[in-house]
Amino acid sequence: MALMIKGIPAAPGIALGNAVLYVPNNTAEICPETQKKIGPEQVEEELRRVREAVAKASDELKDIGSQVSKKAGKEAAEIFFAQEMMVNDPSLLESITKNITERFLPAEQSCYLACLEMAETMEQIPDEYFKQRANDLRDIGKRLVRCLKGIPETSLDSLEDGSVLVAPDLAPSDTASLDPSKVKGIVLDHGGKTGHTAILARSLGIPAVVGTIQATSSICAGDLVAVDGESGEVLVRPDESLVSEVRKRAEAYEKERQRLEKLRDLPSVTVDGRRVETSANIGSPKDVPLVLRAGAEGVGLFRTEFLFIDRDAMPGEEEQFAAYREVLERLSPRPVVIRTLDIGGDKEIPYLNLPAEDNPFLGVRAIRLCLKEKELFKTQLRALLRASRYGNLKIMFPMIATVDELREAKRILGEVRRDLEREGHEITGFEVGIMVEIPAAALCADVLARECDFFSIGTNDLVQYTMAADRGNPELGSLSDPFHPAVLRLIERTIKSGHEAGIWVGMCGEMAGIPEAVPLLVGMGIDELSMAPGSVPRCKEIVRKLDLKRAREVKEAVMKMTDAKEIRAYLLNFVSKL
Amino acid sequence: MVRATVKVKNKVGLHARPAALFVQEAMKYPCKIIVESDGKRADAKSILQVLALGVKCGQEISIITEGENEHTALQKLVSLVENGLEGA
Repeated sequence: MALMIKGIPAAPGIALGNAVLYVPNNTAEICPETQKKIGPEQVEEELRRVREAVAKASDELKDIGSQVSKKAGKEAAEIFFAQEMMVNDPSLLESITKNITERFLPAEQSCYLACLEMAETMEQIPDEYFKQRANDLRDIGKRLVRCLKGIPETSLDSLEDGSVLVAPDLAPSDTASLDPSKVKGIVLDHGGKTGHTAILARSLGIPAVVGTIQATSSICAGDLVAVDGESGEVLVRPDESLVSEVRKRAEAYEKERQRLEKLRDLPSVTVDGRRVETSANIGSPKDVPLVLRAGAEGVGLFRTEFLFIDRDAMPGEEEQFAAYREVLERLSPRPVVIRTLDIGGDKEIPYLNLPAEDNPFLGVRAIRLCLKEKELFKTQLRALLRASRYGNLKIMFPMIATVDELREAKRILGEVRRDLEREGHEITGFEVGIMVEIPAAALCADVLARECDFFSIGTNDLVQYTMAADRGNPELGSLSDPFHPAVLRLIERTIKSGHEAGIWVGMCGEMAGIPEAVPLLVGMGIDELSMAPGSVPRCKEIVRKLDLKRAREVKEAVMKMTDAKEIRAYLLNFVSKL
Repeated sequence: MVRATVKVKNKVGLHARPAALFVQEAMKYPCKIIVESDGKRADAKSILQVLALGVKCGQEISIITEGENEHTALQKLVSLVENGLEGA
């Protein structure tokens, strides 16, 4: 009987293959029995076993390190060499030994507890680096127990061609050893869209469904499994008619992918030669391969929040500089728009001590917060300016509502720049722009355009603020639509005002990646569209089929229409006939 | 027993990769090696202890060696720190 499991679509594509169940024993709980004690006569034997296990674990780590180093580079391998050092650490060995000789614990528990206790001490230090080392210590503890029990290490190296990998979750060390030529699809019990497995699967082009909860309990090794990374559906043991249907869809998908892949190196210009840059939105340096793979012509929005969330202390200038530099350098000479910090009271950032607000989306957030917390802002601006010489940098301020805010932000930027130059730093050309996402900014776009180098329209917030509809509230779905005439008028006005002042205008909200929005926006004169990397090929394809005259006619027709439904239907019809 | 005091000049301090390099160098010598900083002591051959010292850029550390080859060990470790722990 066929079974359908639903999960979170994490990497697009359709795969059909035989399941390989993978239970990584580094992440599995191999906690040893807690009750047992050893007799004094066993102490010597247990110490000997520990020495053997340490030697074995050390060899394993050395092997993994050199394998990863070959495949993914020295940097990716560093974590394994660090673990190798730790497993041989004399103070770790001392505390394991004490557990055996003084507490009479068996070797397994002695190792496990010693690592756990040390990990806990490390974790007390408020520093990201020590957090990671604490995780390393826990990994080492599990590895030692496994070596003591003589269980061989599971490995992804021995997968057969055409396998669908089914696992509870994958650790970074597992994904590092993944061979993309053998794995056709990935299905996980845990994980989310932004987890490392999802990111890796997307960059390797392997269809993946994560967060299924029950994959490992409902799929048996060898089962035929169909993975749809677009819908998040996993078909287990499909019958013949289903199989042939899946095959057809997989073929169609593959054809479409190849067709879009051909677009990768083609420029994003209309038939009559108007350039409309198609760029990608990214959230961390890890997304750079996705940008390149998608054939994006730049980054229209690099969100810097990843540097600030899920941690206990502010990221320093050096850490930020390294992240900005990495993205600029790897994408040079493509333009990269980096948005300054965009957070507020709705996000838990413990070290900032932000007061809870009744209405965080209308509160002290983004540029409003940065203008209050000047040191935070200055640190980010210093890191950005120092990175300017490594690529084509464009700095963008979010949530600008008034020209005063823009002036104040620019004043601080100027101050930071003078400081840096006095310190002898080299700063090269960069642009300064704003995100137009508050109706006030769109309405006064003519005023703002005179004081910056570019606009980027953020449609998600622009829609929410224009329609007074919380974008997270599913009851208000029909109001949260960028095709409402009110929103379209603000967008048109912003583009027009920008062009009249001689600056370029882009869009980095979700609307930019909706295929049917492309003809309308091109008709309005948009200069750049920035979207999720996966949407780039399709939108580029539409740009390349348009001519400016037709696009303008579409725009004229749409601006006369009265409601979002009618507009969408008209545009969908237009795009389907391109 | 010999000892020397030296200032840590590299940006991250005795941390991450520089700490690993320091410990790797220390392990090459049979003698006992202690690092002192800010009243705390660590076995120079233990990455965990050295990291726990939390030595920052600009801070001074004392290196104490005792036993076989104590002079060579001290000299090598001091020059490694002085050269900014950039790798051997």
